[in-house]
Amino acid sequence: MDYLYTFLLGGGICVIGQILMDTTKLTAPRILVIFVVSGVVLQALNLYEPLVKLCHQGATTPLPGFGYALAKGAIDGAQKGFLGAVTGGIKATAAGVGVAISFGYLVALIFNPKSPK
Amino acid sequence: MDIKTKDNSDKNKVPKKDVKKKDVAKAYEKYTEQFTPKPTYLANSLKAFFVGGALCTAAYFAAARLAAAGLSQKNAETYVTVSIIALAQLLTGLGVFDTIAKFAGAGVIVPISGFANSMVAPALEYKKEGWVLGVGAKLFSIAGPVLVCGIGSSTLVGIIYWIIELF
Repeated sequence: MDYLYTFLLGGGICVIGQILMDTTKLTAPRILVIFVVSGVVLQALNLYEPLVKLCHQGATTPLPGFGYALAKGAIDGAQKGFLGAVTGGIKATAAGVGVAISFGYLVALIFNPKSPK
Repeated sequence: MDIKTKDNSDKNKVPKKDVKKKDVAKAYEKYTEQFTPKPTYLANSLKAFFVGGALCTAAYFAAARLAAAGLSQKNAETYVTVSIIALAQLLTGLGVFDTIAKFAGAGVIVPISGFANSMVAPALEYKKEGWVLGVGAKLFSIAGPVLVCGIGSSTLVGIIYWIIELF
């Protein structure tokens, strides 16, 4: 059953993105920003956590999940004081961001741009 | 002199020509409409739904396997996220990601793989501008706004929660 919920929510979030891409003139970066910030806002209102509990990776793999992790880290950190609130978000997502930057840089150095077929 | 007369004759003809042009343009538009594929919203959405859903389910399955193999739940999830990012970036470097994205659309762009792709793709494109201002800077041309807005808003949320905690 968990697999079904994961599939449904993961697919559902992607459909929202596809509809935004097809029917509006929003550029890709704007759509990405909208998704991440909406994840932050939803978690700030404590609405995203239940989705994560129910759908696991279906909620955390799409970009709102990134916003959720940022906000959750910051909110958890806030209980340990001001520094916790400021550092919590980046701490919680450090693994993903760190790999994305370092491995991305490596890949960009190794490979050369391909012309689209 | 010759040119002038030609201009005059053209001027006289302009209204007539204009009308004709508009008619031709309209007819051409109608004609091309027959061949322009209708925007396939439904098909695109279905593809995004199944590919996105499958990706998330695969991530869940992988995390469950890793957790069963002895990793803590949190570490297992982090490993899976990191793997998706690395895989998407590798596929972008190989030039395969674009082909997949053309088919799956938001199915691979909305998950974290799209974020990973959005870093490498512009960095590759501007590689000629050097390792620092080309690759280094363009790595963040799309990811930058995402990180700034995401981290900025989450820090704000953290501070708001901290203030609430004070009282």
